[in-house]
Amino acid sequence: MATENQAVTANDYIVHHLTHLKVGSGFWALHVDTFFYAVLTGVIGCYLLYKAAGKPTSGVPGRFQAAVEMLMEMVDSQAKSTVHGDRTFIAPLALTIFVWIVLMNTMDLLPLDLLPKIGEMFGLHYMRVVPTADLNATFGMALAVFALIFYYSFKVKGFGGFTHELFTAPFGAHPLLWPANFLLNLVELVAKPVSLGMRLFGNMYAGELVFMLIALLGGIVGGFTLMSAFGFFGHVVAGTAWAIFHILVIVLQAFIFMMLTLVYLGQAHEGH
Amino acid sequence: MEQVLGMVALACGIIIGLGAIGASIGIAIMGSKFLEASARQPELMGQLQVRMFILAGLIDAAFIIGVGIAMMFAFANPFVVS
Repeated sequence: MATENQAVTANDYIVHHLTHLKVGSGFWALHVDTFFYAVLTGVIGCYLLYKAAGKPTSGVPGRFQAAVEMLMEMVDSQAKSTVHGDRTFIAPLALTIFVWIVLMNTMDLLPLDLLPKIGEMFGLHYMRVVPTADLNATFGMALAVFALIFYYSFKVKGFGGFTHELFTAPFGAHPLLWPANFLLNLVELVAKPVSLGMRLFGNMYAGELVFMLIALLGGIVGGFTLMSAFGFFGHVVAGTAWAIFHILVIVLQAFIFMMLTLVYLGQAHEGH
Repeated sequence: MEQVLGMVALACGIIIGLGAIGASIGIAIMGSKFLEASARQPELMGQLQVRMFILAGLIDAAFIIGVGIAMMFAFANPFVVS
């Protein structure tokens, strides 16, 4: 990459890779790349699971069916142990979240410049391929979970029950304690989507940046010098190590997002 | 300008370093407790492992967010108007 355009500095390279493909500006800017890859991975996930659901056998399952069954069982057992109540919507929701986030995070493992270079051929000069490394995508999901927390709180406890809990939950029902209780509950409620969204975003953003830095190591290769050798081996060794570690991070973060969604919705089901 | 750059460079080091200290201590304590608990009751190991991974992710998250922010400061520095 560096051999053909020496004028590009490391800083320019990183900043270029951190710029979204945008439509509109300011508040109404739409990150087309995030949107496109999020929908694409969502469609892929739906298609895979639909395919597995289409022709199940009651005999010995194939590898693909066995994998999907294991996944379903894992999610269902987690949902069963955290949410006590009606799970007809929550368990599939957890499965969707898990599969979708795993697929979106996995975009990180594609070669860093592969899709942006292909995009450049079609005249798209900026592209970021990891939807979860965009704050908008992660907070979109976190806010959807937030709305569901309210929905289930109202549904399970009723309007009166939920309000009663907001004002009396941790300390007690004495009227003097109402403001303190309400403040505490407010902080707790707001912290939920913020921590959900920030955690996923932070992990994926940092991961993407480290991949960019490793790509820069490869960028110093040019000619038979000591620096070149260092860059090449550094690129290969660091890239391999980080990619292997990142596989763990990808699945772990998806699992944590799913688990916390279940825990929050489970809390919404439980009265004090 | 140079002073701001130097300060930001120091800040990046401190963000990553202190975050790493905290995350390492947290993971170490949790890991040792997990080993202890699973030595006492090996039949609980499966359940505990799931929870350990969740908590490892939670502990790691604060550190990794710090690394992300430090990297952003290092490469797209918002404090210097160039």
